[in-house]
Amino acid sequence: MTDKKPKNSASSHASFLLTTFYSKKMSFEVPSDLEKEIDERITHYPVSKRSAVLPVLHALQHHFGFLSEDAVEWTAAKLELEPIKVLEVVTFYPGFRQEAPGKYHIRVCRTLSCAMAGSYELMESICEKTGIDRSGVTHHNPIAVSPDGKFSIEFAECLASCGSGPVCLVEDDFHEAVSDVDSLLSQYP
Amino acid sequence: MSEEKTDLLDVQIDGVWHKFPKGTRMIEACKQAGVEVPHYCYHPKLTSPGNCRMCLVEMGMPPRPAPGAEPAEPDEDGHLPISWMPRPVIACANTIGPNMGIKTTGPLTEGCREGVMELLLANHPLDCPICDQAGECSLQEFSVEHGKGESRFREQKVKKPKNVEVGPRIRLDDERCIMCSRCVRFTDEIADDPVLGFTDRGSHTVLTVYPGRELANNYSMNTVDICPVGALTSNDFRFQMRVWFMKETNTIDVNCATGANTTVFTRQGKIYRITPRQNNDVNSDWMPDSHRLNFHWIESEARLTEPLVLDGDHHRPATWSEALTKSADKLSALKGSEIAVIASARMTNEELLITNRLVKHLDAGHVDTVPRIEENDGYLIAADRNPNTNGVKLILGLDDPGSQLDAIREGIEQGRIKGLIVLQENLVGDAGFSGELLGKLDFLLTTYPLANPTADLADVVLPGACWAEKSGTMINVTGRLQRLNKVVDGPGATLEPWEIVRDLIQATGGGNGIYAATDLFKQLAEQVSEFSGISWEQIGDLGLPLIETGETIPLIEREKERIASGLVVG
Repeated sequence: MTDKKPKNSASSHASFLLTTFYSKKMSFEVPSDLEKEIDERITHYPVSKRSAVLPVLHALQHHFGFLSEDAVEWTAAKLELEPIKVLEVVTFYPGFRQEAPGKYHIRVCRTLSCAMAGSYELMESICEKTGIDRSGVTHHNPIAVSPDGKFSIEFAECLASCGSGPVCLVEDDFHEAVSDVDSLLSQYP
Repeated sequence: MSEEKTDLLDVQIDGVWHKFPKGTRMIEACKQAGVEVPHYCYHPKLTSPGNCRMCLVEMGMPPRPAPGAEPAEPDEDGHLPISWMPRPVIACANTIGPNMGIKTTGPLTEGCREGVMELLLANHPLDCPICDQAGECSLQEFSVEHGKGESRFREQKVKKPKNVEVGPRIRLDDERCIMCSRCVRFTDEIADDPVLGFTDRGSHTVLTVYPGRELANNYSMNTVDICPVGALTSNDFRFQMRVWFMKETNTIDVNCATGANTTVFTRQGKIYRITPRQNNDVNSDWMPDSHRLNFHWIESEARLTEPLVLDGDHHRPATWSEALTKSADKLSALKGSEIAVIASARMTNEELLITNRLVKHLDAGHVDTVPRIEENDGYLIAADRNPNTNGVKLILGLDDPGSQLDAIREGIEQGRIKGLIVLQENLVGDAGFSGELLGKLDFLLTTYPLANPTADLADVVLPGACWAEKSGTMINVTGRLQRLNKVVDGPGATLEPWEIVRDLIQATGGGNGIYAATDLFKQLAEQVSEFSGISWEQIGDLGLPLIETGETIPLIEREKERIASGLVVG
């Protein structure tokens, strides 16, 4: 097994223990301006707070990079839901991550047009240049992180630019017809 | 009458016209018409998410006339023609409409069922031979009736967690789960303990208990009952017995005054499991785990299986006639005022009636029962943990059961009470009598299913049958008369408590002539005004309201509200 968590360079088992340790010991704190933003988003759903679960999770993931157990419980408390109801949503959408990504998260489209235009080769090339090992990727944790923690990568479904494959998203930047991986990566220091 | 009539709608089911009240779900209308619509997710006591799609049927309504066209003419019976919809609808969440047509057969419905079954079986393991649900599995049954009979699925089945301990009494096999969500809704809506949910998506969807939590509430095992497949199984019953070998006996629970209606599953005189039996006035479809599992002691090593008499400083086995003769000798040496009888509110009405006769026959100075008042759990468990306190009040005439116990203790202490008959109770364990106090008695007789500290001190110990080994009636917390039915034979020379009391009356010179608990019930109907005019058969499997107690069962009251609001069918 290779490292999935960049910040803890020990084995993945040890990093799991560390994560567990920190999530238990360190309190999960949502900065007050983020909480204010979340509270505002909740007001958009006057009939049922439950409907705000997606916007709240998006806001938390945007800030923390992924949705930890604490984030799930914080959301549940915020929306007066049972934690399992939030976990159902988090696991339903592949867009929500339960594991920490790298500093820059890359999504490579693998739907038909991009796959034919070379998205698998693109994936391989990025992994090779960043040292990412995807052999530990599973259905439940589709993300692989580079040993230095700088990049993480996963396949995504159609990113809506079928005429210009292969395409990928790095954080929120869209890159079309990617052929030069070095220049792509060099944009992210 | 006319109002009632307008609330009835004409519905045609498989070509036959019926009338149903407005608001009836299509699936319930079909059921009432004797037509089964297969289903997994639908449960009348839970909300209807309509997610399994097994209950798809063909539906039609009268055609809407085109602008300017004449509306269709009703036929001679007043029914309009039906215009069938080209797509199916789910019968569970839709209600009937006026002049609606429902077809539960035909190529559309049958094709839907085949399709649903094929998809459900695509990933379902073929482990029926070792699955506890086999024999009572909806998936198995509907495979026979509605399945294709062959599989086109050539791919690998999805692997999911197996043998997951979701709670102390429940195990989950996620590969068997068909995602009907009954258990999720039960824990949300009935047990108020929402720890279950579905995580992931599509064919990877798994039933999950929230990490760090467990399905441990006292109603958790009801999820096993309502699981249509073998996904949730009971740790207690798992791999113990194939369901088709077991005999089912309808009876009632005796762990509290609610008297939940139950089915007891036995094979060759051994109880394997107890499940709740639907009674919307008592326990709906549910029962507490603590009550359903409280039967293993029946096979305990400590069971009394033959009469014992005190011989010097130890008990030795005796025949019934020896034990009874000895009791009669001792009792006849005492005056009535020197004898006290402590009966049990766990006894049936019939046993209490004959106990009352014993009290009168001996002219006993004191009679009482042992009270068991704890907390009401807010669901189905009554504060009164005795099943028949209302019977005690009616038949023994005790207004405040337990109030005489102090007087009896004092009487024994002061030597005024010399003989004590304890029927189906353990005074040392459950009523705070000290062994030292009981040692002052000249004569102590006890009947009880198990060896116990009171019996240790008794001159005569008689093996009395437990609840599963006797028949009779009890009156629950709401005043409902219900039947307790004999499930298994008592071990060894055990007798039903009413038989013991009858024989004791006879041994002390009284008459008898009673050969069955039903004879005693006839006498109850003659002698106790509340029972007059009621026959044993009339009580049936669901019981009948006998007296007004003003008490209610919290879960049942909540269910009535949910039915009234249309949330559930009931």
